Amino acid sequence: MTVDKLLERVLYVDLDKRRFHVEHRPELFEEAIGGTGVAIRLLHEECPEGADPMGPENPMIMAVGPMVGLYPLASKTVAMFKSPHTGNLGESHAGGRSAVALRLAGYGALVVRGVSNMPVYLVIDEAGVQFRDASALWGMHSSYTVGSVLREREAGSGLRSIMRIGRAGERGVTYACVITETFRHFGRLGLGTVWGSKGLKALVIRGKHALPVADRRAYRRTYDGIFETLTESSLMQKYHELGTAMNVLPLNELGALPTKNLQDARFEGAEAISGEALAEEYLGRRVACAHCPVACIHLATLRTSFPDKPYFYKTQLVGYDHEPIFATGSMLGLDEVNGMLSLLDEIEVHGLDAMSAGVALAWATEMLERELISLEDTDGVEFRWGNAEAYIEGAGKIVTQPTDFYKALARGVDHASSIYGGRDAALAFGGNEMPGYHTGPGCHVGYLTGARQSHLDSAGYSVDQKVAQSGESLTPSELAETLLEEERWRQVLTSLVICLFARNVYEPETVINSLEPLGISTTESELREIGARILREKNAFKEREGFSMDSLRIPERITETMSPLGQVDPAYMRETIEAYRQKL
Amino acid sequence: MFACARRFAEGGLAKSCIHVQSAGGIDKGFVVIVCRACPDPPCARVCPTDALLPREGGGVKLDIEECIGCGNCVEACPFGAILWDGEQNKPRVCVYCGYCAPHCPYGVLALEELEEAPHDRG
Ligand code: SF4
Repeated sequence: MTVDKLLERVLYVDLDKRRFHVEHRPELFEEAIGGTGVAIRLLHEECPEGADPMGPENPMIMAVGPMVGLYPLASKTVAMFKSPHTGNLGESHAGGRSAVALRLAGYGALVVRGVSNMPVYLVIDEAGVQFRDASALWGMHSSYTVGSVLREREAGSGLRSIMRIGRAGERGVTYACVITETFRHFGRLGLGTVWGSKGLKALVIRGKHALPVADRRAYRRTYDGIFETLTESSLMQKYHELGTAMNVLPLNELGALPTKNLQDARFEGAEAISGEALAEEYLGRRVACAHCPVACIHLATLRTSFPDKPYFYKTQLVGYDHEPIFATGSMLGLDEVNGMLSLLDEIEVHGLDAMSAGVALAWATEMLERELISLEDTDGVEFRWGNAEAYIEGAGKIVTQPTDFYKALARGVDHASSIYGGRDAALAFGGNEMPGYHTGPGCHVGYLTGARQSHLDSAGYSVDQKVAQSGESLTPSELAETLLEEERWRQVLTSLVICLFARNVYEPETVINSLEPLGISTTESELREIGARILREKNAFKEREGFSMDSLRIPERITETMSPLGQVDPAYMRETIEAYRQKL
Repeated sequence: MFACARRFAEGGLAKSCIHVQSAGGIDKGFVVIVCRACPDPPCARVCPTDALLPREGGGVKLDIEECIGCGNCVEACPFGAILWDGEQNKPRVCVYCGYCAPHCPYGVLALEELEEAPHDRG
């Protein structure tokens, strides 16, 4: 692979000394493409063994890839760090304008080292880095306000990305997110917490470089072909119409929608919070990541009244997707849309990972029911299924941590249940709270073995559904192989930082054809080899930091609540995990 | 924006003549900034070298070789529709080729021949 001169530039920022420099690293991008592949290399280089995730030695890495700014849906930025949530590999992706901004500012990757002795935000453009005082933004109640202040203060509207953390990140909640362009997130594994520990409140990245190609004619031809597939075939239509929220009803019908802390897998209120209901009654706007014709981002209108002021309303937009709906809707037994959106809005204000926050609140509700915790622990908040006000209050208290219980909950359900009990119902996998699928063993093995403990690693939920349709079950070895193959290929896509929603458009052949005009010649087997190697590099990091497939905790709850494939058998899961480990 | 740059068969945004930005945050929606084909273009009036001349049918034509890169036109356009190519240090302005329109899947952009001056249409 060869690489253009802008992509190979890695921007190193030192927060201790407030300095920066650029290094040209063509070999890095030649061997590891970009995104995930480059980020894991940099993490190996930068993060010493046993590093304290909240300490100065934990680096914050972001990387983009060669297709960004050139092809549609090459829209993601990959962030890597050591996760304060799991104490292991931290990897989180986000779109918005982040990738295009970093690439067109003239960088392929960004490495932030050290800790600032005062709150700062950074402005990054082709001239380098400006360090700005963020002490007035630190502690600000709402992440929205931080966004609007920076929008007004900094130049580059339409060409920039504004990433920021909320108070959850400042206060060390281990699952704080980084918000980009208001409605997109580096959601998982506590990137926001790492920023908070570094005194880094926000990043403004802007740029509008030109990106020349090697074969101009072939570039335009390939582009138009992809564009046509994206816009004219039905492949992407569902993402535009209902968005990922289209999954709520089908999953519920299957009996795969985690409900009330997965005490159930069907939710009687699913209809009310479905993608269909939201699109019909609440959808206010659909937007897209930069350079994406699909526009899957769905924003609901939330109209709130002020009880003591007649005819006084506030109307705002709240982003929704399947995962936030599961986490703040079915998981909490919440079927009242305004309540659910208000909770999501509160989560956004604080900059929490909506998925972990929802699962944490669900676990707390069950603990209160089982009297493993008391109202004293919850600071008087009466968590009850469907009680939006309590959950909104609870989300705030996870951030302010008035009691020991909230201090524990601010580190996730794995940690909290190690103190208060209720491990059987603590739905974390490898330390990370569960995503919104209970489709069968495939999804759960995927959460456990996936490099980032995510449903996006190997899409086990989709394997389960195929098994359910065909009626032919897989042996542990077959399931492991299927998950592994998917996860390997996804390393290629996420190194090219292609949105995973476009995975059926960017088939291997299309990927190869789009790289060719950029002067990058490769083959499917070469790409697959690179993917497998990247995955091994990630797992090498994880093992180095103490991750072991043998000691993974399987929460009993997933084996108790019926899935569409019947009762999930922990022995079958263990065998699959072992097979996965061996094949890796 | 990307389609416009692709006219020159390149990626990135340096050569784009159309700009899209949020109207003060994504929740407020977006504005498209592009030359509105003024019948009596103020940008052309301030060009010291006549590199920017009124174009028949509205708008302007840029003779890039005559242009000295002073940036007067950028200041003069009330819509901010004259963009700047920092790499060439020259203005960029829409030439009404229509290449962008079919790349807008939601029909926000279209290339049309207008009888009346565009201002009459708001
Ligand atoms: S499909 Fe959605 S997430 Fe993916 S690039 Fe487009 S707008 Fe972004």
